[in-house]
Amino acid sequence: MSNSSLTQGFLVKQAGMLSLIQDAGRFGAFNIGLTNGGPIDLLAFQWANRLCHNTVNATAIEISLGGLTLTAQVDTSLAVTGANMPLTINGEIKALWRSYHVKAGDVIALGFATQGVRCYLAVAGGFNITPSFGSTATVCREGVGGLHGGKLLAGDMLACASNNINSNKKQNLLLVEKLIPTYTDEIILHTVPSYQQQHFSSQQQRLFFSNEYTVSKSFDRMGYRLEGQAIACDIKGILSEGICHGAVQIPADGQPIVLLNDRQTIGGYPKIGAVSSIDTAKLGQLNQGGKVRFEPISMEQAHNLFHLNLSRFNRTELVVCD
Amino acid sequence: MSHNIHIAGENALIIYFSKPGDGHVSANLSAKVQQAEQLIRKAMEQELAQDIIDLVPSYASLMVMFNMMTTDHHLIKNKLRTLLQQMHNSKEQVATHQANLVELPVYYSHESGPDLSVIAQRAQLTVEQVIELHQAQEYRVYAIGFAPGFAYLGEVDERIAAPRLSTPRMKVPKGAVAIADRQTAVYPSVSPGGWNIIGLCPIDMFDAKANPTMPVAVGDRVKFKAISKDEYIALGGALEVSYE
Repeated sequence: MSNSSLTQGFLVKQAGMLSLIQDAGRFGAFNIGLTNGGPIDLLAFQWANRLCHNTVNATAIEISLGGLTLTAQVDTSLAVTGANMPLTINGEIKALWRSYHVKAGDVIALGFATQGVRCYLAVAGGFNITPSFGSTATVCREGVGGLHGGKLLAGDMLACASNNINSNKKQNLLLVEKLIPTYTDEIILHTVPSYQQQHFSSQQQRLFFSNEYTVSKSFDRMGYRLEGQAIACDIKGILSEGICHGAVQIPADGQPIVLLNDRQTIGGYPKIGAVSSIDTAKLGQLNQGGKVRFEPISMEQAHNLFHLNLSRFNRTELVVCD
Repeated sequence: MSHNIHIAGENALIIYFSKPGDGHVSANLSAKVQQAEQLIRKAMEQELAQDIIDLVPSYASLMVMFNMMTTDHHLIKNKLRTLLQQMHNSKEQVATHQANLVELPVYYSHESGPDLSVIAQRAQLTVEQVIELHQAQEYRVYAIGFAPGFAYLGEVDERIAAPRLSTPRMKVPKGAVAIADRQTAVYPSVSPGGWNIIGLCPIDMFDAKANPTMPVAVGDRVKFKAISKDEYIALGGALEVSYE
């Protein structure tokens, strides 16, 4: 940091397994090969921001698996949402899905997730990170975004606004318990048949949409490799083409891969469809051994699903809790 | 019609300019993709500014990502049809982005290109002939992807086409000039990779701080030019590279 005397915020004491600066993602840079990045569980990310009175896409931290410890250098408020990671402030256990005031010197620690994979930590006003190519989203594979193009490291300084400076101390909020998303080990992936769908026989498509798949040990922000009934395609490869979020790629071994935020921008494996964003958010909370089933839906249904979920999010009121 | 609009995902359509399953690469198809991309980008500056988020051009397709908050696939499909119809009807070629001719220097040698001799043996050519053939062609930038700044160039002379390594390298050095089938490329940064390496290029293929960030764009033409080890080093090329 060049102007360290002016920058204040949170100091990373322990970085954890994989903690990443994320905003909604990077769009408009596909032509130079840059992928989207952004939060894997968009819903939890947006809740964290709303709990801090932020715009829904403000820069926050995505914590995978856990182990992040921060020291506050400013008075502000923060909220953690997502996977069930034990949160403590100065050693005291705190609930997720609500915001807290913190003071300079407070220690905020996340243990390891007992259910789900990823948490989101947002602060009032969002973290002040200089965007790269229009976004603060970190994509490690590309070395782009965040503070230095990679995951957070001990000693990193994450700048954010202070209550003392802008005197905008706001009320703490919480999401009532019955509305908190639950993370289960078995989910349905609603999938729009698309791309090379016609190169999978109707029998292969039936197999794909009727069998259960298990999350293999290879799952990350790029994609989730699944194991189960192998699916055969009439063609081996295709001319490399654009890969959208949620695309289900079927490589030569027939085991599906669901491609997520850090996916390669183009690729040459046949694809049978694409999973709705509502469900990729749930998939991204599954660990090795998690079970999924694919269910075909039309574009109309996908559109409705998206908008009904958005409407539910926008109409859900948070409760003032202090 | 010479194109087909398919569904890609809930917020994406993909325009195919060749028949499904046709793996043929041609400059003609690529030019169509480029033309369509430019037309759509123009519309994105005006009436589609809110509606289209990003475009992904490739060999014979163009993926169009749209904003589900402002529009839907019916409207986008309709707009794309109209634009493509315009393109189809206009007799004169829509002025395409001035295709630049970019010359990239390459230090070809056993030291910098560990797979040169394998390619030469397979083709029953000398290493010098392989180098000659790689430089003889003018290539087209067909697509950019895989990694930031990775430009897929085609097509190399059939004689020096080479299948991907059966075991990809864990670490391909930055600047590695490589061949896979009839494609060639310069690795913009250190990465794993299964292409056959024939030399090193000292020019940055991706610099996040530069403007433009890349020396080439889709549709540009590229020629390679052999340089000596001294010239390579003088141009800032590194030699303490490892091929694992």
